[in-house]
Amino acid sequence: MERDDIIEYSLDAHHSEEDGVKKRKTIWKVTGILTLVTVLEVALGIFIKQGESASWTFVKWSFIILTLFKAAFIVLSFMHLGDERKTLKWVILAPYAIFIIYLIFIAFNEGSAVGTAM
Amino acid sequence: MAGQATKQIDSATLWGGKVSPFSASYGKLMMWFFLVSDALTFGGLLVAYGYSRYSTQESWPIGEETFEALPFLGNGFPLAYVALMTFILIVSSVTMVLAVEAGHRMDKKGVIKWMFATIIGGFIFLGSQAWEWSHFIHGTHFGRVTLNDGSVAIVKGDFGHFENFTITSVGDHGHHQVGDVITEDLEHTWQHAAQEGHVTKNSDGLFVSLHDGSTAKVNFAEGEGIENIELIIKQPGSVFTEKSAADNPESRITGEEAENLYFEALATGDKVVYGANMETNEYGPKQYGQFFFFITGFHGFHVFSGVIINIIIFIGVLKGIYHRRGHYEMVEKTGLYWHFVDLVWVFVFTFFYLI
Repeated sequence: MERDDIIEYSLDAHHSEEDGVKKRKTIWKVTGILTLVTVLEVALGIFIKQGESASWTFVKWSFIILTLFKAAFIVLSFMHLGDERKTLKWVILAPYAIFIIYLIFIAFNEGSAVGTAM
Repeated sequence: MAGQATKQIDSATLWGGKVSPFSASYGKLMMWFFLVSDALTFGGLLVAYGYSRYSTQESWPIGEETFEALPFLGNGFPLAYVALMTFILIVSSVTMVLAVEAGHRMDKKGVIKWMFATIIGGFIFLGSQAWEWSHFIHGTHFGRVTLNDGSVAIVKGDFGHFENFTITSVGDHGHHQVGDVITEDLEHTWQHAAQEGHVTKNSDGLFVSLHDGSTAKVNFAEGEGIENIELIIKQPGSVFTEKSAADNPESRITGEEAENLYFEALATGDKVVYGANMETNEYGPKQYGQFFFFITGFHGFHVFSGVIINIIIFIGVLKGIYHRRGHYEMVEKTGLYWHFVDLVWVFVFTFFYLI
């Protein structure tokens, strides 16, 4: 049975030719940003060697921040999560804020303890 | 209060599945929920990798020392290949989002063009990963050696290309004649001899003992040979100590000393490891190889299934199924999965290759 009371959310995403030009411009801008960040990461990886030095600690944290930066662009722009409702954004992002950060904390602490004990 | 449940409630009061609290269609929501659970799986894998790295006593391999080869060009290009793979995946993500954008304008030709580019990008990435796995499994020409003081070192340098092996003396069960020239399977013969301790270096050159007890001289291509050997100590022994700071040139053993130590190890037997398998690998602790295979393999499997799903949707686009439906949401949904694959790689790239 065909139902006429179901809302076709799929149609909400449609946009005009003019909007399309703007959206493509954004896509290429994000592409540029992602490429530049990747080039920067690789350059840091090649020129600053791993070790105990303070510069390596700085680079390591830069890698993590740049990765989150790239991930944010992919999720919010390419996956259009930025255009979704606030409730949906939280349903998707909250699990990481809670579980993965907790898991990282517990696993790395335990890992160090096991490493020292062995 | 009996009978409450059976009381009739009109549909205006009841939620009849009409309005989604997220203003998103069922299919898109379910794709997001799947991606949330899949991302937690990858999160768990990467955290497990971190746990192993924190808990191991052996020194962990360094990305720019391990991944420095390019197809056809050889060694000496740290991280170039993985950077290229990352770029390929980013570009194929861009073509996917352009296909989704074309779908929002009901531009069938645009969707076809960009989805086709995405599928090609996916195949290029899969091919790159196949090469990387093959290179990782076969390993370097030098392998990893255990020196006579018990320390373990990875080896850098110029290996050169084998020209041929010429038989110089015949063993008891020899089926070779003196002067025979062997041109096939040289790399394998060399690695086998090195693992058995059957490589000898003297003033006349390099010699390997073969299975049948005969000895062969190793001839390199014109002007080439095993040169510029550098040893980087990864596990300390009684003489040499581990240097974790790879940027310190003094942490490498170079010159004649390195050469002597290396060939001493190859002459001893059971001192050299080539490539990687599930038991051991030349790059570092065995967990490193296992995590390499599992994490990049699991990601590669996602890329593979993503390409398959893209092809199925692509056929649907070609047949005009979504055009008749009035929207290209199927392209948007497969796009979500494809972007997710790119997203995972961004994290794998950082935590496996860079840090």
